[in-house]
Amino acid sequence: MAKAAESTVSAAEENKIRRNIRYHSLSALYRKEMADHVNSKRFIIILVLVLAMTIASVYGAVTGITSAIRNAASDPKASFDTTFMFLKLYTMGGSSIPSYMSLIALIGPFIGLILGFDAINAEKNNGTLNRLVSQPIYRDSIIIGKFLASATLIAVMVLSTGIAVGCAGFLTSGIRPSQEEIIRVLIFLFYTVVYICFWLAMAMLFSVLTRHAATSALASIALWLFFAIFMSLLAGIIANAAYPVNTEYQQAVNSLNNYNLNINLNRVSPYYLYSEASSVLMNPAARAINAVSYAQLAGALSSYLSLGQSVLLVWPHLVGLLALTFAAFTISYVGFMRQEIRGN
Amino acid sequence: MADSIIIRTRDLTKAYGTKVAVNHLNLEIRRGEIFGLLGPNGAGKTTTILMLLGLTEPTLGNALIDEHDCTRESMHVKRITGYLPDNAGFYSDMTGRENLRFTARLNGLPEKEIDPLIDRLLERVSMTYAADQKTGTYSKGMRQRLAIADILIKDPEVIIMDEPTLGLDPEGMREFLELIKELSVKDGKTILVSSHQLYQIQQICDRVGIFVDGSLIACGGIGELGSQIASRGHYTLEIEAEPCDDRFLGFIGGMKSVTGVSKEGNTFVISSSEDLRSEITKFLGMNDYKLLHMHQKGGDLDEIYRVYFEEADKEERGESDGKGSRKHRFGRGRK
Repeated sequence: MAKAAESTVSAAEENKIRRNIRYHSLSALYRKEMADHVNSKRFIIILVLVLAMTIASVYGAVTGITSAIRNAASDPKASFDTTFMFLKLYTMGGSSIPSYMSLIALIGPFIGLILGFDAINAEKNNGTLNRLVSQPIYRDSIIIGKFLASATLIAVMVLSTGIAVGCAGFLTSGIRPSQEEIIRVLIFLFYTVVYICFWLAMAMLFSVLTRHAATSALASIALWLFFAIFMSLLAGIIANAAYPVNTEYQQAVNSLNNYNLNINLNRVSPYYLYSEASSVLMNPAARAINAVSYAQLAGALSSYLSLGQSVLLVWPHLVGLLALTFAAFTISYVGFMRQEIRGN
Repeated sequence: MADSIIIRTRDLTKAYGTKVAVNHLNLEIRRGEIFGLLGPNGAGKTTTILMLLGLTEPTLGNALIDEHDCTRESMHVKRITGYLPDNAGFYSDMTGRENLRFTARLNGLPEKEIDPLIDRLLERVSMTYAADQKTGTYSKGMRQRLAIADILIKDPEVIIMDEPTLGLDPEGMREFLELIKELSVKDGKTILVSSHQLYQIQQICDRVGIFVDGSLIACGGIGELGSQIASRGHYTLEIEAEPCDDRFLGFIGGMKSVTGVSKEGNTFVISSSEDLRSEITKFLGMNDYKLLHMHQKGGDLDEIYRVYFEEADKEERGESDGKGSRKHRFGRGRK
């Protein structure tokens, strides 16, 4: 009896120790990774990149909006919609400077890649990883700690730049945000964090799979280029091959299928998913993301979509982005857990 | 005391595809001893160590440290085992002290205790002077000493070192070996050292195991192994006499148990299956030779190593009839 009690006590204690180990190692790793990132040279690169992006996009948006308003005032035929003006700070570019939204869709992944591309293999090459795994920590703590530290950094960066754009726009142009606009911006920033975290997970995956940091950096940049540039070309080629639209007859029969296949192939790319989602979120006038027939449009009110409806429209995009992120993270997790870590 | 054995492996086997890196290893290491795991590169020493730490799973068999299974209870094993990998690395952007602090936190030490402990350990490995330099500037010897401090943070019962003396200069090596000896004698730690450098191991080990192609072919104290060799009839005698003439050579050649003679300068090196010393000295005395130098070899690790290697080699050739399985022996088997 006494023995049984003793053993349950020790089991409870064992559990407590286990939780403690988990907590200590994870927090120690997390803190170290954060400190590493913040003190590293690459953080300066990211900082410069983000700063340039923010300043350029605010400048572009403000000049774009100003000239659009001026045009509308001088030319009665040109109209300028002034509802949801605050959102235009994020979506409008001007004088050949892209908007904040399109800039971050292009440059955001780069930030994820910089933070993650050598997460595991650099430690392996420096001989610190085998010292690390021989400590009484669970091996998954290593990869989770690294991911969380980088993800935190990404979240802080995206939120602060996003808010900075809003504030700068507000100060320079005097556009006052409505409550709905603020919520839309915050949701958009959340999507951005998830999107960049996908690229972080991807870069970490490559860092688990390859031996050299240079290889994983190149591989992840290649993937980024593929999704950002070539995926849309490829989708177009495949769609045209499957549903040719060369003759008038083919156009009549295949157009819809062609378009649907094209867009669905594009949606495999996280870049496209994110761009589509953010354009719906930041533009309440966007009512649909798929092809809509005239029959479906009959009786539709030409008004803005409410916030809830916009979110509903891009809900699958969030799920898709999260699923891609988890898939990448899971593969790297499993790969890392099964790996044998040698000193050389 | 039956449980004085702290590391125990039973039929521990690891195969990579068809290549068997560790083959049915049965090893017992006692509490408080320094055990040397000797063998050429690629013999399976590192693989054995990885299995002991639960960093790779055995194909067959199991390993226990302090009666805890190394694979399934690796958390407990890692808590009481310090591991010094070959080319242990530190975060080069952090100072020595910061690196140690990180390890201490990973081990869940209370924040208050960390700094005094680190100071003490740095003092012990005489690294206090460089504690606040970045480890990127450290020499190999300094890194190795910091690694010892790093291991001692968790106050382990067992310390496992993989080729710890590789790349150290003679002075650094001497200091390092002293440090290891001290850990065993003063702190009562059990130490497992793997190496292919024989002489240093000879200086500090209580027992050694000779490891070739994944199998442990001999195990015991150095004296023990030496007498084992002797009892198998391997004697090597160095002798130098004056005059060093053909008559003497003829006498040696005429003895039944001699299996080979070679001449190095004025010294004869005689291999034989019996102890020849008394016979030869008798002959020299009766024939007015002057004995300048006589040394019975054997008993030192080099000799032990050589003999066991040759034996393992012969056996293997007998078995596999030269299928070329020896190819892996020298040179790194796998990375």
